[in-house]
Amino acid sequence: MSGRVRRWAGSEAARGLALISPTLLYAMAMLLLPVIIIILFSFWKQTFLTVDHSFRLDNYRAALTQPIYRDLFLRSLWISLTVSVATVVMAYPVAWYISFHGGRNKNLWLFLITVPFLTSYLLRVMSWKLVLGYNGVLNSLLLWLGLIHSPIESLLYNADSVIITLVHSWVAFAILPIFVSLEKIDRSLVEAGQDLGDGLFRSLTKIVLPLSLPGVTSAFLIVMIPTVGDYVTPKLVGGTEGVMIASAIEVNFGRAMNWPLGAALSVTTMVLVASAAGLMVLALRLAVRGVRR
Amino acid sequence: MRLLSRIRWLPVYLGAFMVFLYFPILLLPLFSFNTGVVAAFPLKGFTTRWYVQLFDNQVMLGAAWNSLMVGLAVSITSTVLAICAARAITRYKFPGQKPATGLIMAPLFLPEIIVAVSMLLVLLQIGIQLSLLTVILGQIVFCLPYSMSVLIAGFEGFDRSLEEASLDLGETAMGTFRRVTLPVVAPAILSSLLVSFTISLDEFLLAFFLSGTETTLPVYIWGQLRFAAKLPEVLALGSLMMTASVILLTVAEIVRRRAEKRVMARGGPNA
Amino acid sequence: MPDVKPMIEIRNVSRHFGTFRALDQINLDVAAGEFFSLLGPSGCGKTTLLRMLAGLDTPTSGTISIDGADCTEVRANQRPTNMVFQSYAIFPHLNVAENVAYGLKRMRLGRVEEARRVDEALEMVRLPGFGARKGNELSGGQRQRVALARALVMRPKVLLLDEPLSALDKKLREEMQTELRTLQQSVGITFVLVTHDQYEALALSDRIAVMFGGQIAQVASPMEIYQRPTTRKVADFLGGMNFLRGRIAAEAGAALTVETERFGTATLTKPPGFTASGGRATVGIRPERLRVLWDGERAEHELTGRIANRAYFGETTSLSVAIDGLEAPLSIVETNTFGADELNIGAEVRLAFDPEALVLMADPDAR
Repeated sequence: MSGRVRRWAGSEAARGLALISPTLLYAMAMLLLPVIIIILFSFWKQTFLTVDHSFRLDNYRAALTQPIYRDLFLRSLWISLTVSVATVVMAYPVAWYISFHGGRNKNLWLFLITVPFLTSYLLRVMSWKLVLGYNGVLNSLLLWLGLIHSPIESLLYNADSVIITLVHSWVAFAILPIFVSLEKIDRSLVEAGQDLGDGLFRSLTKIVLPLSLPGVTSAFLIVMIPTVGDYVTPKLVGGTEGVMIASAIEVNFGRAMNWPLGAALSVTTMVLVASAAGLMVLALRLAVRGVRR
Repeated sequence: MRLLSRIRWLPVYLGAFMVFLYFPILLLPLFSFNTGVVAAFPLKGFTTRWYVQLFDNQVMLGAAWNSLMVGLAVSITSTVLAICAARAITRYKFPGQKPATGLIMAPLFLPEIIVAVSMLLVLLQIGIQLSLLTVILGQIVFCLPYSMSVLIAGFEGFDRSLEEASLDLGETAMGTFRRVTLPVVAPAILSSLLVSFTISLDEFLLAFFLSGTETTLPVYIWGQLRFAAKLPEVLALGSLMMTASVILLTVAEIVRRRAEKRVMARGGPNA
Repeated sequence: MPDVKPMIEIRNVSRHFGTFRALDQINLDVAAGEFFSLLGPSGCGKTTLLRMLAGLDTPTSGTISIDGADCTEVRANQRPTNMVFQSYAIFPHLNVAENVAYGLKRMRLGRVEEARRVDEALEMVRLPGFGARKGNELSGGQRQRVALARALVMRPKVLLLDEPLSALDKKLREEMQTELRTLQQSVGITFVLVTHDQYEALALSDRIAVMFGGQIAQVASPMEIYQRPTTRKVADFLGGMNFLRGRIAAEAGAALTVETERFGTATLTKPPGFTASGGRATVGIRPERLRVLWDGERAEHELTGRIANRAYFGETTSLSVAIDGLEAPLSIVETNTFGADELNIGAEVRLAFDPEALVLMADPDAR
């Protein structure tokens, strides 16, 4: 290769790097650096306002062994797993319908589904308080129908209400990646399968499901990761039974003023989310491989 | 026939799904016009009192003004930053492209609370006073992935020979960007501005952690939620915000579709 | 060509992408006012060469001069060339007049002069009054004319055309071919056309360069290149060709006497780059230079064979005729002047050929 080729390649790469650098530097300063610092903090110790910078694992010991945190982690993971499974199961038929039967109105359908997602998160969560509350819509409806004689108290302020609210908040987000992967499937494959005598179930399990796996996987991740650390929903509709790890993180950064412990809880959350996500992806792949046989 | 009877349940399911999606949200505007303070059926009567009260509320108006300023700053900055990055990614090949893109898109794949607390930690460590400025700084990071998705799509549909034709006709690189690239991707830019503005307007968590004495609308609402008597006013405010979001997003969608049509028409002479 | 100084001089131009050689030591002259075509299959480097003439790509080594000035390192926006892109690249946010005026804007001609030149250019491509139309309201042929007008309005020394007709349907393509040729003759600008369509190149060009694998295989006039292809690859790319094995009987300067199978002994001119391998040579004859003889008709040079296959195309019939002593059957294109009723598979036919139509290939058969 002559020097000129290298010079040319260099300048092409250099131009790309120069162009992306403002954005990249910004993301480094406001995202990468904070995450690195929070990891560092998780190994330090704080007494009132002074921070001891020597390396220690005390925070992780606390985060992993204290029953309160262990319970919060388990509940957060459990809730986010349930929510992501529920959203994917609910979203798949919708994505399927839009992709295969949407016709010319595909974009309109997608728009209708994304609109509620992009309105205020806070307000959406609050609207479930109106539905599930003691004087709420559901209780009013059941009373009016005569199915119950006094309002059900247990609709709100527990893990179930958190799950329902989270599903409602995230289900639209799960539809999009599944829809995209269904759109990519060559329709002649399905037709060829049916031409060869496949029923609907067979073409679903043998062709469509495996081919839409990437979409299903990203739907899982896109729901699971943010829900583990959700703060607003458990705070508003969770009560004491529905508290999740985000509240503990917030308390340590706020009133409790124990930043290193808060940092350790955050890092542990990230690690847990990442491993749960990894396991999920693996399990999905294996499941589909099993179905395919 | 058997196949048909199997398929019919799909539209039914879809209907039920849409009810599930929209029903709770539509309760907000419904109860915001209800005379009763408690949000419960049966409805008591129609009133616009809560809306009138809302516009006399100086604290709320201050927060709304703050939200507007934050939204403008965030949407403009994140769109400009996303234009650079999206252009770099779609136009050039450079080392580290994947990790760089990954980092910029990472907020989509991180629990928001962690993004919020780690930013808080850094800002406090550096000794920056929490204010609307820190909210802006934080929300930009959060909006970037959305702006990027919109703009990458815009730049990818862009026929590179348009720029080459401009150069060939004697225009400079800068002139080409101004006279061809920008106008052609203008719909994507507008769409990115609208989407990031909407997100900033509704964003709560970062604003909650990173704001000082001055707050934005969602943080204001959060503070009001504790007071049952304030609920109807909050519902009125929420309905207004929701209407604003829906209008902005509809405009963004129309702009996006127009642009798509233009790209399609350009796609090929036989198309 | 009467001009002494060529309009374009390409000297030892190579273009490497990593280890891939898109162009390898290209040397080429194009005369002023010439309609020149670069013809070859996709990936042969013809588009890369055209883009280098436009300044949209730079050679790895070698030089390119246009109108006597070295412009190897001159950027696209500084060159006296303009291009018609394969996709036409009509600016979607501008109307037709604004598209055509795009390059003029930088010249600051004044509004009246600018409008005059835009009208003139639209007139030239037969789109008068289309100025206010938007790009997406135009048909394929109209878009192509706008692209032409936009380039011609700049009064370039060289107009570059990258597969300009490939996106059009057959009928429109033929129409545009005639128009393009007329246009070139009236404006007198040097045209360089890139195409993979041999008929287009033959119909339009003054000269054609056939390219394979980043190299130029032959440069000649359409007739010369069709009738006297120098290599088997060039011959094949331009149309059907029957290849016959031959043995070199005598050699006298550029002339070579070759004994062929069944086609007798012929004295042929050696093409440039001729290599004899062990006294063997390959001779070609185009299918339309063979003719089926009717009953009672006689010819000086005759062959007898049996029809192995046939395909009827309306105006012509393609035959495949098996001949004793020839390994491969001969392809023949017969004009259906009297119909093709008797040309049935299995029928015995007599063929006439003209030994003048035999051409010696530079590369002998590998067998």
